[in-house]
Amino acid sequence: MSASAVHSLWTTAATAADPITKIDAPKFEYGQMSPTLIVVGAAIVGVLVEAFVPRKARYHAQMFVSVVALAAAFAAVVALAADGYGTTKARIAAMGAIAVDGPALFLQGTILLAALVGLFTFAERRLDPAAHGNRVDSFAAQAASVPGSDSEKAAVRAGFTTTEVFPLLLFAVAGMLVFPAANDLLTLFVALEVFSLPLYLLCALARRKRLMSQEAAVKYFLLGAFASAFTLFGIALLYGYAGSMSYARIAQVVDGSAIDITPALADTMGNDALLLVGAGLLVMGLLFKVGAVPFHMWTPDVYQGAPTPVTGFMAAATKVAAFGALLRILYVVLPGLRWDWRPVMWGVAIVTMLVGAVVAITQTDIKRLLAYSSIAHAGFILAGVIATTPDGVSSVLFYLAAYSFVTIGAFAVVTLVRDAGGEATHLSDWAGLGRRSPLVAAVFAVFLLAFAGIPLTSGFAGKFAVFKAAAEGGAAPLVVVGVISSAIAAFFYIRVIVLMFFSEPRPEGPTVAVPSPLTVSAIGVGVAVTLVLGVAPQYFLDLAGQAGVFVR
Amino acid sequence: MSFPLLTATAVLPAVGAIATAAVPAARRTAAKWLALLFSLATLALAIAVLVRFDPDGDRYQLTESHSWIAEFGVRYELGVDGIAVALIALTAVLIPFIVLAGWHDADPLETGSKRWRPTQGFFALILAVEAMVIISFAATDVFLFYIFFEAMLIPMYFLIGGFGDRAHEHGEKTAATQRSYAAVKFLLYNLAGGLIMLAAVIGLYVVAGNFSLTEIAEARADGSLDMATSTERWLFLGFFLAFAVKAPLWPLHTWLPNAMGEATAPVAVLITAVVDKVGTFAMLRFCLQLFPEASKWATPVVLVLALISIIYGALLAVGQRDIKRLVAYASISHFGFIIMGIFAMTSQGQSGATLYMVNHGISTAALMLVAGFLISRRGSRLIADYGGVQKVAPVLAGTFLIGGLATLSLPGLAPFVSEFLVLVGTFTRYPVIGIIATFGIVLAALYTLVLYQRTMTGPVKPEVATMPDLRVRELAVVAPLIALLLFLGVYPKPVTDIVNPAVEQTMSDVQKKDPQPEVEAAK
Repeated sequence: MSASAVHSLWTTAATAADPITKIDAPKFEYGQMSPTLIVVGAAIVGVLVEAFVPRKARYHAQMFVSVVALAAAFAAVVALAADGYGTTKARIAAMGAIAVDGPALFLQGTILLAALVGLFTFAERRLDPAAHGNRVDSFAAQAASVPGSDSEKAAVRAGFTTTEVFPLLLFAVAGMLVFPAANDLLTLFVALEVFSLPLYLLCALARRKRLMSQEAAVKYFLLGAFASAFTLFGIALLYGYAGSMSYARIAQVVDGSAIDITPALADTMGNDALLLVGAGLLVMGLLFKVGAVPFHMWTPDVYQGAPTPVTGFMAAATKVAAFGALLRILYVVLPGLRWDWRPVMWGVAIVTMLVGAVVAITQTDIKRLLAYSSIAHAGFILAGVIATTPDGVSSVLFYLAAYSFVTIGAFAVVTLVRDAGGEATHLSDWAGLGRRSPLVAAVFAVFLLAFAGIPLTSGFAGKFAVFKAAAEGGAAPLVVVGVISSAIAAFFYIRVIVLMFFSEPRPEGPTVAVPSPLTVSAIGVGVAVTLVLGVAPQYFLDLAGQAGVFVR
Repeated sequence: MSFPLLTATAVLPAVGAIATAAVPAARRTAAKWLALLFSLATLALAIAVLVRFDPDGDRYQLTESHSWIAEFGVRYELGVDGIAVALIALTAVLIPFIVLAGWHDADPLETGSKRWRPTQGFFALILAVEAMVIISFAATDVFLFYIFFEAMLIPMYFLIGGFGDRAHEHGEKTAATQRSYAAVKFLLYNLAGGLIMLAAVIGLYVVAGNFSLTEIAEARADGSLDMATSTERWLFLGFFLAFAVKAPLWPLHTWLPNAMGEATAPVAVLITAVVDKVGTFAMLRFCLQLFPEASKWATPVVLVLALISIIYGALLAVGQRDIKRLVAYASISHFGFIIMGIFAMTSQGQSGATLYMVNHGISTAALMLVAGFLISRRGSRLIADYGGVQKVAPVLAGTFLIGGLATLSLPGLAPFVSEFLVLVGTFTRYPVIGIIATFGIVLAALYTLVLYQRTMTGPVKPEVATMPDLRVRELAVVAPLIALLLFLGVYPKPVTDIVNPAVEQTMSDVQKKDPQPEVEAAK
């Protein structure tokens, strides 16, 4: 891993006296970077499509570009994995900026598949009745028009659609692909911003309930900006501590095994206060993205306000990317600090599990309920993170893969239940759904049972993997708390099932829209993955197990 | 490789469930016949299991073992001992009667959506429960057992919450509310127990490194797997709690009266005669074998709880005004006997407990199903709404009486043998507890005979004056059950022959010997 020892940023600073010609020409492993590059390229093509393709043709052009890009990027990930990256070899690419190893590839694959399924829900145009003869999707006709204004009406009448969502989605995916693979702190930060900014925008684009959507976006943006600032501050302090942005270098300094320390830095580095505060701030930023208590406040508002397809995609893919980055920071950069961060993470995990489960009980809106459930799930995943064993890594990887498809599927079902005002997300609207549309209710029940971790669903396999890793890693009390909060959480999942199947439907209740094959396939994939990972998880557990080693 | 008989026995009802669920909405009757057919075919396979099983052979027979989730050390391992064979047979025998008894329970009342198919769902769920129960009885891998132990809650939940008695004294709306309350209570109690067991299952894996019941029990026996005393006790508690909720044992029993009261009679039978048996069975198979020391440590407390269950259940049964809840409390009392027999740690006690599980299944099924027929005629569960039925419907009253007499363990009917064995088994080691438990029988006589007297004798109430007697379908349900009760009451040997060797094995696992007679000990 000699590549990691050379880093353009600090080598230049240290050898300022040397002639400028000594800087190596940047080396860039296009093959190993191909998944990210394909997605970024497609996103840029998407921007060009917006600029040059006639409005009528944009939707199909964007769909084509996005689907091809995501599929190609996934194929690239598979090709890399088949080539042995992640299992038999690992590389650090792009001058030490990107790690190409098992966890990175596994998570990139998961993100790409989740994005592909999420894309289908983005592209759904059959749920709302056609406005003025034009099919409409879940996004505002024209984001810039003020809600309720004449210009909005004009935009709707003209049949505008915000096809920008496709390149935005691709940019977000590109950032997410880099985030868990980032191997130095600056790349980490850039990736964080690259995937966060499009998400802020996407949150504001709901066609119905636009004010709520914009409010959600502002909240998300403000709090996200705070979190980013903390992250950046933490990065600065860590740089001050280690004199490097590179993960491997910082880890060496933490271990005390760093050699060839530059004399100019030797006096100032190694200050433990910088390390602890810096690491704390950095991890805090990541916990914000994960939605862990006490950094979870944004989750319910944003999940509720954002257009539901965005919520589903965000809930799944952001979590995957952020947990990937968190794992890498804790396992690669800060293993030497294990005894300091483990107690803190214990506390965070316990509080996250309990708060998520308990507060969810009082929710009356299905999207908020799923938001709190996602908080509780973040707590379960944290239990696996704390294990600090290879099993811990692979259990988290498996859980994330299982969880993301359940989540996208569940939110896709939410988009189907509608009344005159758009989606009917109040729980009372869901009463008796099982009588009206047994199939939709049954599918949603499968997702809820998976969330609750009932055996024979992917949720159980994931939960078991995580708890087993935690117990083996010496965190038995966490398992007990996890089990208790699972029991609490089961209550509100069951409550929704009761509502759907055992309550009388309201006379003027919502109807279930008949979706196009796009949403059907998104939900179908969700159900299939949920059941396959529940009944026969062996292959995927194997995959996650082989992918469980980080490169340093 | 030999034919995987156990897998086939479990898979067949599962296939039946899928097939039944797939029947189109209009072909309701076809779905019923299909379900009955599959349950009978399963019974045939269960009989094949019974025939192939050699009581004097290996401890676990008809074993199957395949790798399943290597990552967790989980194997798909099946195998039956005498106890499991008896209970699988019980399950397979009861399900056709449950299907037949519930023939009209799920006919749709109002026209809902065209795709709303409650009838298909009802029978499919019953078959799904059967499949899961059979797997649970046959599993020799702790994880495999756990999965189906938990998963069977979901179809049970829908059976309780989705289908209730046709007529209800408080109207359909209240009934629906109470039903969903009962279903949720059932699920939450059992899920909480199950999740605590999950923690213990993980703990067991951390300690033992695999999930194989046979391997762990062997390693425990030859001392190669040493557990710290406190670890063993915690793990035992985790397992026991889940089973005690399922069984149910006082004070974790409160879900049972709600569930049995609100569910239709066949589903109530499914709960108490089939599903709950998994709890008591698992105490025998998992608690005693995996944690023998902790089981002995917990014995005094468990026995006292069982004793409370016996007396408390019987006392509350005496005070019930609702026929189904009365049977539910009677069942709690009987489960007390079963658990007492298991933890008395004598061979008579455990043989008696196993026999009790079988007999209780049959006798409760007989009583509850006849009660269900009665309730469906009058549209009320309240005892006070009946009177003089025996004059109007003598066959119904007669079968109800036999079911009741079986419940109070009248000699000559099957439950007497098992109750006697349990009491003798308990008495030899814990005389005081045995004596107090005997009062449970007295109370049983009280609640059954009072129930019979109030509903069947006396002047004929005007509302029941036109009540029809048992129909052919109903007789087909009740007559074989009563025949079984009589047969096993006079000649229990077929069951005890199968059960006894397995019980001896379990006893040797906990390293307990039957106490010797007093005289010898005094020497």
